Amino acid sequence: MFRVELRKLVGRPRTWVTIGLLAGLPALVAVLLRVTGVGPRPGEGPAFLAQVLGNGALFPAAALALVLPVFLPVAVAVLAGDTVAGEASAGTLRYLLVRPVGRTRLLVAKLGVTVVFVFLAVLVVAAVAFAVGAWLFGVEPLPSVSGQTIAAQDATWRTAVTVAYVAWSMLGVAAVALFASTVTDSPLAAALGALAALVTSQVLDLLDAAAALKPYLPTHYWLAFVDLFRTPVLWRDVGRGAAVQAVFIVVFLGAAWANFATKDIKS
Amino acid sequence: MIRTQGLTKRFGGLVAVDGLDLDVREGDLFGFLGPNGSGKTTTVRMLLGLVYATSGRIELLGRPMPKAAREVLPQVGSLVEGPAFYPHLSGRANLALFDAAGPPPTGSRSRDRRRRVEEALERVGLDGVGRRPVKAWSTGMRQRLGLAAALLRAPRLLVLDEPTNGLDPHGTREVRDLLVELVGGGTTVFLSSHLLAEVELVCTRAAIVDRGRLVAQDRVEALLGPTGRVLVTTPDVGAAADLAAALPGVRPGERRPDRLAVHLDGTAPEALNRRLVDGGVRVRELVVERPTLEDVFLRLTGGLGRDRDVPG
Repeated sequence: MFRVELRKLVGRPRTWVTIGLLAGLPALVAVLLRVTGVGPRPGEGPAFLAQVLGNGALFPAAALALVLPVFLPVAVAVLAGDTVAGEASAGTLRYLLVRPVGRTRLLVAKLGVTVVFVFLAVLVVAAVAFAVGAWLFGVEPLPSVSGQTIAAQDATWRTAVTVAYVAWSMLGVAAVALFASTVTDSPLAAALGALAALVTSQVLDLLDAAAALKPYLPTHYWLAFVDLFRTPVLWRDVGRGAAVQAVFIVVFLGAAWANFATKDIKS
Repeated sequence: MIRTQGLTKRFGGLVAVDGLDLDVREGDLFGFLGPNGSGKTTTVRMLLGLVYATSGRIELLGRPMPKAAREVLPQVGSLVEGPAFYPHLSGRANLALFDAAGPPPTGSRSRDRRRRVEEALERVGLDGVGRRPVKAWSTGMRQRLGLAAALLRAPRLLVLDEPTNGLDPHGTREVRDLLVELVGGGTTVFLSSHLLAEVELVCTRAAIVDRGRLVAQDRVEALLGPTGRVLVTTPDVGAAADLAAALPGVRPGERRPDRLAVHLDGTAPEALNRRLVDGGVRVRELVVERPTLEDVFLRLTGGLGRDRDVPG
């Protein structure tokens, strides 16, 4: 079943257009920076961008910081929201289930391709950003956010952990969208539901009155991966972020399963 | 092949299916009839494990559903509320994808897939179809492709919901012939339909539901049994009525200038005929009245045109 789902994902032009756009935005930013030479002043603008002008090795992290707040979660929410609800609205869900494909199996396969998509998207963004960064800005030993230099090898694993962390954060989004996808038969409603949850989280995160809630918001620690580029690495927020995501992933996947396994399929 | 006991489905306060006892036997071409909103589709969905029954039991091929879905459903082909496909893929690609999604049929391997797909397409007359995506197909072609998908596994039981929807008279005829051919080959067919003429033509047994309840279930011939009336065509209507009334239990009914309906109540039609002829009535025609399936349906379901709000 997973292979069938994978074939559907890979065979759909939409997948590649989305990933292309995701990788294209940071590339566009890089070209603009290079051509104009005008970067944000240090400490302002998106994370890392100020330093990128002098060093392309930081660009993968900068690229992820660019797509993370809006673009990437929207893409993930749309894709994950479409998984079950898309089949329901097309009517193909009932034919899959009577084939028969077990409901749990179907959901696991859907989750599997979502994971593949998330990792693929994050990896492509990072890889394209690295290539573009190296080409336009050259690769130097990294000055860390804290001031000391980071060796090239060191930068590699930090970037790898960043990729994993961002992907894990996106899986939190995917879990919420997948749950929404089992609730409604409209893929649009499912994606909007997941995005509404994220927007709520981001708004609350800006509100001082919601200070007590902040550590539990799914979006609160998204940008904590910046700490991975300090020396020594500041693990605290990254760890907390990963733990918060784990809770969201487990709870919403559990809810998605409980709902889907017992639901009357009327689509 | 299909047996339900007290099958009931409630959606909130709404009873869509109410204590249904169906009995479909091996080799039947079973017609499942009912007005719109009488619970037909909900029943079909429960049989296939898509909708869970509120109470009651379902047996498919002798196994309980939805518990034994994994063993039973590979031997069941179905068409539920119209076909559905991935519109950007060709018909072949769609069938291959559906085939790959489920477990392979027993004794067969996935590499036989291409052959299975070709055979199914051929059965429904789509073997010449090209690589165009399904979204460019006509409704009739999609309906055929839906049937092909149902036939992909050479099923023992076919559950079809309105299979001739959107087909032209030619296509309808072809599907009808295909169903008869399949039943001849040992497949059992459960045909949910509101096309009474279709069911009357091909089905061996039928059930009629109304507002979620079973109102009749029998062989089609039995459902269409004589009404107990004969229609006598004669110029001597008055004399015929008097003679008929003299027979025990016989009651003359509706009268027209040249025609008389007579309720026989057990008396043989030939006895009435002899009495009339002996009495000098000029009998032109004497017909034992048989209802059409439409008559039976309308009588049992209390006529059409009532407002319904029960889903499926």
